[in-house]
Amino acid sequence: MSLDITRINPYFEDVMPQEYIDLEKNGSFGSEKRLGDLGAFKELLEEHPMCAGCHLALAFRVLVSSLPRPEDSILVGSTGCSSLAFTQLALHNIHSLFGNQNAVASGLKRALKLRFPNKVKDVIVMAGDGATADIGLDMTLHSWFRGENITTVMFDNELYANTGGQESGMSMCGAVLNMAPTGKKFQKIRVHELAISAGCAYVAVVSTAKPKNISECFKKAILIAREVGPTYIQIFTPCPTNLKIKPSDSKKVAAERFKGDYAFKEHITDEAREYLTSIKDAVKKEALETEAVLVSEDKEIPLEGG
Amino acid sequence: MPANELKEVSTEYMLFEAKREEQFITGSEAVREAVRRANIDVAIAYPITPQSESMHLVGDLYAEGYVKEYFRGENEFAVMSEITGAAMAGVRTFTATCGPGTLRAFENFPMWSGARLPIVMGFMTRAINAPLSIQPDTIEMSFLLDTGMMMMHAEAAQDLYDMLLMSFDIVEQTSVHIPMGVFVDGFFVTHTRQKINIVTEDVKLRPYNPGLSPVPHIDMETPPFRLMRDPFVMKSNYISYAAHASWQQEVMASAQRAKKYIKKYMGSFIEQENPDASIQIVASGTAVSQAREAIRMLKAEGIDAGLVKVKVIRPFPADEIKAVLSGAEKIIIPEFNRVGWLCREVASVIPNNDRILPGPRVYGGMTMPPEVIIQVVKEGALVGV
Repeated sequence: MSLDITRINPYFEDVMPQEYIDLEKNGSFGSEKRLGDLGAFKELLEEHPMCAGCHLALAFRVLVSSLPRPEDSILVGSTGCSSLAFTQLALHNIHSLFGNQNAVASGLKRALKLRFPNKVKDVIVMAGDGATADIGLDMTLHSWFRGENITTVMFDNELYANTGGQESGMSMCGAVLNMAPTGKKFQKIRVHELAISAGCAYVAVVSTAKPKNISECFKKAILIAREVGPTYIQIFTPCPTNLKIKPSDSKKVAAERFKGDYAFKEHITDEAREYLTSIKDAVKKEALETEAVLVSEDKEIPLEGG
Repeated sequence: MPANELKEVSTEYMLFEAKREEQFITGSEAVREAVRRANIDVAIAYPITPQSESMHLVGDLYAEGYVKEYFRGENEFAVMSEITGAAMAGVRTFTATCGPGTLRAFENFPMWSGARLPIVMGFMTRAINAPLSIQPDTIEMSFLLDTGMMMMHAEAAQDLYDMLLMSFDIVEQTSVHIPMGVFVDGFFVTHTRQKINIVTEDVKLRPYNPGLSPVPHIDMETPPFRLMRDPFVMKSNYISYAAHASWQQEVMASAQRAKKYIKKYMGSFIEQENPDASIQIVASGTAVSQAREAIRMLKAEGIDAGLVKVKVIRPFPADEIKAVLSGAEKIIIPEFNRVGWLCREVASVIPNNDRILPGPRVYGGMTMPPEVIIQVVKEGALVGV
């Protein structure tokens, strides 16, 4: 049923917007698309309004292009710059209130399990550092304590970008920002460490300096969240507008920080690791069996195409 | 009867035809008995006195299989947000809170209305800090009047039981689909035993039908897939302003459209006793019971007074109240709160407001002896400050 909703009723084809038709004909629904295919297929994110050089937008594109099953993925966002991307997204998604994203996702995931007991519905929270680590921190943490089967992604630009560059809990100590006129007085919150102690089965700290790494970690996070427990991905996404740097310099900032304090970190529980191995084994086994079936049926059913 | 063997019936059958039996139970137990038969998918709880017992009992129903999913959330704001997610996914939900919990959760209530979520929720009213008090007080109802939620006010456990059971079908109508708060005075009703008529047949309400929702559910099963709940309209242009304004009007219109369903199950928005008396006492909640006693005592003294029991606060039954008070010379409005929100509501819809003798108002957990109502009838306004 899920894939059917991406198909356009033939009677409406002539009135549907071209971008919707493109999503059906050449999108990522029901097909394996890789990060390397970006540009060669119709992306789920359409004409986002983010600033030039915005690495949140870059991370967002990478993430939604890496969803294992976009046709069964539901996203929950929050208030902030990222919410402006959500309105442009070709997936069911929720904007509720500022900070309540992990609570909404918890109720949503549990209700979807009741409604669709035999289906996997991936529920993914994507929100900024303010939403995740400040105003919504209690709900972020409690969704992890409860072991909700959801993936949480933080776009960490180390400030409140959408409201004009104010200090957030994720800002660097000493950073001079709006509402921190003499510099931030305390350390950046170590949310990834909180995630580990709160019981996340998989935690990764990644950066737009390495988009492919974001994609790989995100896929792992979603698979693990289905069966093992909550997962957390923290992405460094520099904001040139509020850092007051040239849009083209975001990449340089990301690369420098990646070599320094924003290097790649990954934590995976034994249970999650075993689960990933079991999926890989199952995929290999299925591939071998499919091959065997094709070989045995080759004479009776000629394979079409070339 | 095991939960999975209950027969599904219509709300009409549940309310008007199913066999009932008198039981001597508390208001909290009346909540349990309504929820047992309401076919709830997701219930989420957070403790606060005097609500806690109601949601403990709903938890027991989960353990027995009558409620499909149940857990304790981390605070009321989070609980209402968790309920939001569940309702957006297309299931029937239930929760309850009171007083400070209502205020902690507050941002969710207008969001529920705007998002057209058919949530039924219990409020076991309690005083608001400071000073801290766990005692009964209906002031939170004043704050909720303009959230877009519909509101019913139960006088006793029987009202509470029936109002909860009827509310699911009312809010789940395609043309309605906005939340309903069922209010009951904490402790006075929740923690006292009363005789109430409970359905004894092995029946439950039909399940929520997501297909009847006027807004799509967030499940990636409902077209279109390019869909946000609920898109914000914050551009600085006239189209955005008009979109937000017309959406708010639509929420208000939903409450008006609910009237015929409320009437179908409740019969009337107000109940009147002794309509020809020139003295009329207008009340809601347990203040109605106190007014009844005052009227009985007045009658013994030879003073004739009537009663107007207001059962539905939103949508406010303005025409009905205006009509029944047209001949009244003295109008007394006893309330369990400081601000006198019912008095303000009544005054806003009737002519000649000098007929109203505000009060008595008791609050902070005080009781309302019928004598104080009688004092207002005889001596005039008594509102404290």
